[in-house]
Amino acid sequence: MTISREEPLLAAEGLTRWYGRQLGCRDVSFSIYEGEVLAIVGESGSGKSTLLQLLSAQLEPSEGHVRYRMRDGVTRDLGLLGEAERRFLFRTDWGYVHQDAAQGLRMSVSAGANVGERLMANGWRHYGRIRATAETWLDRVEIDRGRIDDTPRTYSGGMRQRLQIARNLVTEPRLVFMDEPTGGLDVSVQARLLDLLRGLVTDLGLAAIVVTHDLAVARLLSHRIMVMKGGQVIETGLTDQVLDDPQEPYTQLLVASILPA
Amino acid sequence: MTVLDIRNAGKTFTMHLQGGLRLPVVQGVSFRVMPGECVVLAGPSGCGKSSILKMIYGSYRCGEGHIVVDHGDVRVDLARAEPREILALRRSAIGYVSQFLRAVPRVAAIDVVAEPLVSDGVSRSEARERAGAFLARLNIAPRLWDLPPATFSGGEQQRINIARGFLPERPILLLDEPTASLDAANRNVVVDLIHARKSAGTAIVAIVHDDEVRDSIADTVIDIAQFTAAA
Repeated sequence: MTISREEPLLAAEGLTRWYGRQLGCRDVSFSIYEGEVLAIVGESGSGKSTLLQLLSAQLEPSEGHVRYRMRDGVTRDLGLLGEAERRFLFRTDWGYVHQDAAQGLRMSVSAGANVGERLMANGWRHYGRIRATAETWLDRVEIDRGRIDDTPRTYSGGMRQRLQIARNLVTEPRLVFMDEPTGGLDVSVQARLLDLLRGLVTDLGLAAIVVTHDLAVARLLSHRIMVMKGGQVIETGLTDQVLDDPQEPYTQLLVASILPA
Repeated sequence: MTVLDIRNAGKTFTMHLQGGLRLPVVQGVSFRVMPGECVVLAGPSGCGKSSILKMIYGSYRCGEGHIVVDHGDVRVDLARAEPREILALRRSAIGYVSQFLRAVPRVAAIDVVAEPLVSDGVSRSEARERAGAFLARLNIAPRLWDLPPATFSGGEQQRINIARGFLPERPILLLDEPTASLDAANRNVVVDLIHARKSAGTAIVAIVHDDEVRDSIADTVIDIAQFTAAA
């Protein structure tokens, strides 16, 4: 069958999540297509992390749906997927980059095993090929091959984050979720990571949803921006349009608050 | 045959941090650009020339009116287009040389220039080769090609920006003071590039303050002051 290029890869419809009487996020709708990078920006508590968890089926919405076009071209409601199908998405078709690399890596096994594990979960069995692929990925994320047998415990923060990216991208996912991927890193390390991410996202034609409170990160990485405040999307549009010509009072405040370098 | 048709376009900034102050920029902007034509926007600083270019590129919202791009079988009104349509239009139809280069940390000058070609699907090696040839034409020394342009001089950065905007050969080219920080020799190179692009059928909208450059490239000069909105 032919897949219509016009059908989104992922579509959120009226996503709402309450934590008891506390609002997580309310009535969020948007679509994302292959090759697109969407940044979700806003301050802590604006609902962006809740939204990311809803989108990646880690949290059930109180209302609304997330539809995802699977590799076979059929669009499914994530809420209706079985546990095995959801796990398959996580292992293969999705990546999830945590702010804290320790959450996305297994800290006590080697770097090579961290990358290889995702391949084995996809049925790879040939040790030599798994190791060779892991080495290629360490190169791509600029980690010295000589460190392949070391555990990420011995890595710096920037290296851990790059290793986490390699582990996520090795299965060639179509969609990657990133939660503050450069948070907590030194600026020089951030710049390197951003540059790396930019290159990989373009080369692989990934779709990515990046949660960040850093507008400079959004500017560099994303095509589109969604601004959240108090659990709701208050402004959305092309990244340079939202940042150069913000319409809403809150967005204007965010943009005006960037410190000049 | 019009590539770019601007009808009654207008723009007002609302400054919420200044108590909702409304700052009208331009209104009733109307002009057309044909393939191979160069329209120069003239008028004093602050009259809204750059805002018009940004509205055509889509980095400023067009508040009223229409900005219609017509090329091949694509016809899009930028005032109403979805973000993905604007992105697609930038990839296929609109090149933009902004006044200042927005440098990305760590990315080499040659890759900054090659990037639009790569996203067009040209292989990285070919894109870099063509980017290098273009940089050489703009007198950027090869020893600079592999350095990030953040530390370059103003004139060098401007030429990197020009190379990035000209190389992908889009049917519409927007130029915001492309020769402002260039010496005479490099200014002449850029004027030659603009002439070459016009002969190839590119529709150009430019802001140029240099009279000599303007007289050389302009087919039509539009005084933007006539559209400046009354405050």
